[in-house]
Amino acid sequence: MPMRKGTTVYLYELVWILPSVAIPVGMLVALLVTAFGAGVHLPGREGRVDPTRVSQTAPFDRPGVVEVAPGRYEARIVAQVWTFAPNEIRVPAGSTVTFVVTSKDVVHGLLIHGANVNVMVLPGQVARATARFDKPGEYPFLCHEYCGIAHHTMWGKVIVEARR
Amino acid sequence: MSTENRLTAAYLTVALVALFGGVVTGLLQALEHAGLNFPPLTPVIQSYYHSLSLHGVLNVLVFTTFFICGFLQFITARALGIPLASPRLAWFTFWLMAGGLVLAAIPLVGNAATVLFTFYPPMKAHWAFYVGLTLVVVGTWLVTLNLALTYRAWRMLHPEVRTPLAAFMSLVTFVMWTIASLGIAAEMLFMLIPWSLGLIAGTDALLARVLFWFTGHPIVYFWLLPAYVSWYTLVPRQAGGKLFSDPLARTSFILFLILSIPIGIHHQFTDPGIEEGWKLLHAFLTFAVFFPSLLTFFNVVASLESGARARGGKGWVAWFGKLPWGDPSLAAQVLAMLLFTFGGVGGLINASFNLNLVVHNTAWIPGHLHLTVGTAVTLSFMGITYWLVPYLAGRPLWSRRLGLAQVWLWFGGMIIFSNALHRLGLMGMPRRTMIGASAYLQPEWKAALPLVGVGGTILFVSGMLYFLNLVLTLAASRGPAPAVPEFAEALSGPEHAPAILDRWRPWLALTVVLILIAYGPTLVRLVATTPFNAPGLRVW
Repeated sequence: MPMRKGTTVYLYELVWILPSVAIPVGMLVALLVTAFGAGVHLPGREGRVDPTRVSQTAPFDRPGVVEVAPGRYEARIVAQVWTFAPNEIRVPAGSTVTFVVTSKDVVHGLLIHGANVNVMVLPGQVARATARFDKPGEYPFLCHEYCGIAHHTMWGKVIVEARR
Repeated sequence: MSTENRLTAAYLTVALVALFGGVVTGLLQALEHAGLNFPPLTPVIQSYYHSLSLHGVLNVLVFTTFFICGFLQFITARALGIPLASPRLAWFTFWLMAGGLVLAAIPLVGNAATVLFTFYPPMKAHWAFYVGLTLVVVGTWLVTLNLALTYRAWRMLHPEVRTPLAAFMSLVTFVMWTIASLGIAAEMLFMLIPWSLGLIAGTDALLARVLFWFTGHPIVYFWLLPAYVSWYTLVPRQAGGKLFSDPLARTSFILFLILSIPIGIHHQFTDPGIEEGWKLLHAFLTFAVFFPSLLTFFNVVASLESGARARGGKGWVAWFGKLPWGDPSLAAQVLAMLLFTFGGVGGLINASFNLNLVVHNTAWIPGHLHLTVGTAVTLSFMGITYWLVPYLAGRPLWSRRLGLAQVWLWFGGMIIFSNALHRLGLMGMPRRTMIGASAYLQPEWKAALPLVGVGGTILFVSGMLYFLNLVLTLAASRGPAPAVPEFAEALSGPEHAPAILDRWRPWLALTVVLILIAYGPTLVRLVATTPFNAPGLRVW
């Protein structure tokens, strides 16, 4: 394309600007559809917990898995350097599990392989994330935020058992 | 030698020494991922995470900041055609920043600040680390002050003229950064410094993260905009052409001023304690800041095209081969642009609200960061030093061919390295983790992990060739110094720019209003309700 001053420049600019607006707008629409149509949500405000009193505060005084309704479980997990308590969570296939997590000390994270769970675990904050486990098998979960010298040893697994 | 030249040389020296440390530690991390045991380097480097802290702080905090302060003061004075308003302030600023750096470096090198460059509390570093970094930030504010005074002096002499483009862009960069850095300054002054000194007992993870990312996203633009200054105002001329559109360039920088800051919560999409609605607003505004990036892409590529056509380039795409590829300064910056397009696309994915769940805190993120700050910024800065260092040293670059080899090695090494990290991230591998020693190493990661080592090694070799070339330029090169590239003329020049583009108050007002909308309610709520009850911990 030959280049001339004046109106030609404006024309080229316009031809570029219109798709430059259309592309981000199109992507925004797509993510709104997945968030509010398909229900893929981000963590929000779930309340605070005193990080120095985690073991005396419900529900973290009794970490573990609780069936809150048929097929629906709540996994209450306490993160601390460099473990998750509990680090093994057993649920039957087809369960919907809500992970309720906090930290006793520094910033941690929770990433579950094979599930849409990726959440920061902050001292002082309750984090919640929900996933459905249909296929039996082991789903490793790990701390994905640097939390000290043995950060890479901090992990656990969700064990999904076949229904008999 | 003028004050600006000596000042720039001083800043560049600090920046390049930091980059050297960053490149060496980078090799260690890449090899660790490839399966080699982390070498026992005590007492110099005491652990993988000590090395990682050095790598991050040296590269993205020290190298970038010192390079930018040197480069943009040089460019501003040159574009305005007058010296810096206060040489004494400029030197005081340099020594303040250097002093802050030394103060922060003592605990960092001594393994008393192994908190990575994000230093999230309640992980607690030595107080000198926080105080030192704060002094560096205060120094950057004084650079802004000196640039503003210089601009005012120039404006008195030229009341009716449009601000020269390079000076305008440099000013926008520093003004944006000064507003953006208020977040980290507040985190340091009101939370981390008194807490690390034992004056207050507790801290809070969430508020600290909100303040950190208030600065932590726009700092990316603080790194990137100086590269854009070069791409817009020098590279077109180096390519033998003209800047396509001066008014469009000004427009995009004003949009960067307005939109760089109110988007930091897109780094906290997965944080508990912030409502989804605010996260959505920050996602929306992040998409908006993609717009000036696309304007830049168009304008810079059209400028390159004008150069290539002037050199006989033809066709829709074939002209690209007619760029002066024998010039390492130009080759570095064009290759940096090429990889940056992928960095931009990846950035949109990161910003995409719930899609972020797939990539947050995985190896995808350092894969992305190495395309943006590790290539678009670093390789461009390397390209700039290929003319700036010879000019300041008063002698030619020792070897252009070595420079070209270095530039292409960086490009190739980064493709391998970054691609491997992106793929590993999609496979759920966490970032900033000593993967080789991890308890949960997944079988599917094993195919890509060696490529991290291969790419990292190529980048290391490229880095060493770069430093070799610069050292030999200073020590062994003989001949007359090359001239500084002139600022490019524009096809559509500043006379087409509406006067409002050269005003500050409306744009600054808009910037502040958007920040208040995007951050105000969350910050007010957190400051009013946070109990500051997390004690500190040394966890390394």
